[in-house]
Amino acid sequence: MADFIKDNLNADGVDRRGFLKCMAWAGTGTFCLIQGGVLKSFALSDIANRGLAAAKGELSFVQLSDSHIGFDKAANPDVTATLDAAIAKVNALETPPEFVLHTGDLSHLSKPSEFDTLDQRLKSLRTDKVFYVPGEHDVLNDDGAQYRERYGKGTKGDGWYSFDQKGVHFIGLVNVMNLKAGGLGTLGKDQLEFVEDDVKHLKSSTPIVVFAHIPLWSVYPEWGWGTDDGAQALGYLKRFGSVSVLNGHIHQIMQKVEGNVTFHTAMSTAFPQPQPGTAPSPGPMKVPADKLRALLGVTDVNFVRGKNTLAVVDSTLA
Amino acid sequence: MKKTMLKVVVCAVLVAALGWMAGGRTHLFAATHLFTTAGAAGPVEIKIDNYSFTPADITVAAGTTVTWVNRDDVPHTVRNNDGTLKSKALDTDDKFSMTFDKPGTYEYFCSIHPKMTAKVVVK
Repeated sequence: MADFIKDNLNADGVDRRGFLKCMAWAGTGTFCLIQGGVLKSFALSDIANRGLAAAKGELSFVQLSDSHIGFDKAANPDVTATLDAAIAKVNALETPPEFVLHTGDLSHLSKPSEFDTLDQRLKSLRTDKVFYVPGEHDVLNDDGAQYRERYGKGTKGDGWYSFDQKGVHFIGLVNVMNLKAGGLGTLGKDQLEFVEDDVKHLKSSTPIVVFAHIPLWSVYPEWGWGTDDGAQALGYLKRFGSVSVLNGHIHQIMQKVEGNVTFHTAMSTAFPQPQPGTAPSPGPMKVPADKLRALLGVTDVNFVRGKNTLAVVDSTLA
Repeated sequence: MKKTMLKVVVCAVLVAALGWMAGGRTHLFAATHLFTTAGAAGPVEIKIDNYSFTPADITVAAGTTVTWVNRDDVPHTVRNNDGTLKSKALDTDDKFSMTFDKPGTYEYFCSIHPKMTAKVVVK
């Protein structure tokens, strides 16, 4: 497996600005470790060799993304089954996660029946705490009213919010509403003000995890894979020593380190999408049935307090 | 029918040659003219495929009904800023039609994938 990233990060992490791609092809996954805001990635198959299998923290959680319940095309005619497989993987974790984050595109067409199916499936998770942010597929036709009714109770604006868990500050953002012609994902003025205000009272040593559907960094603007005002939001987090940004939307794993910020996108539980620029469009990738599950997955995040370590593990459904 | 086809082809060749002589925008120019000559005031279809509208730039006579049909595996919309064009999310093979009575330039986009932009010019 030649795709994993070796120990090529300096301790300060500032010399590596290029993309750190951990493409999870052919059944491999990625194990990622953040130390003092610097992220290291390992092929899942390499974890045992490096003695990382037992890496446990005071806080661990799982990221699910892009379940697209209702999608039934050739790329994956049974997205409910692959979501079930993801849930089984979560339930099999040695340390049960504190909670699950779903980073959007719960449904494919915002249909009540699709949300119902998702809700029913997620009930089998061994945790009853699930936090959501919407994807653009969850807010079709009604500007997200139904999404907020179901998943956004107690949130602000279009569904943004923050919470604290064992010393880590989590911020859930919505960048899929009011999209402008020719543009990318958008947070908007109100939400930017929320972020600025939300972190004001926090000590700079507080680890921050920001999660939103569309990547907050420019992954591939030509395909709309980025957020127009994402940099502004992250600007408010500059003084923090450790910031992790978790996104979905692009149905593949990518990572990048920018100073104190590590960016991370998750696989979909439904269908894969092509690597940037390798296809005429970002449409669903049709792969042989026996390869599909190797391209779908779950992200498992461990936070170790004191050591200031956040470990992100991506596993495939294969 | 054969004659019409010949006319269209000749027209397309001429237009392409003109476009080439004028330098650049050949493709756009040719597409626009093909539709105005072949379509006249009859119905016009715009295909949504591979995250793009085809043709992306089209000129039609006032009174023309334009139908968008989604051939992608993912939903798209046809919308513009002032709300004159406002389709629901179109799933695969769903259609949306609009009759353009008023001349003008109608720029529109997919509100789910806003990189998808296109326009209809009504004369």
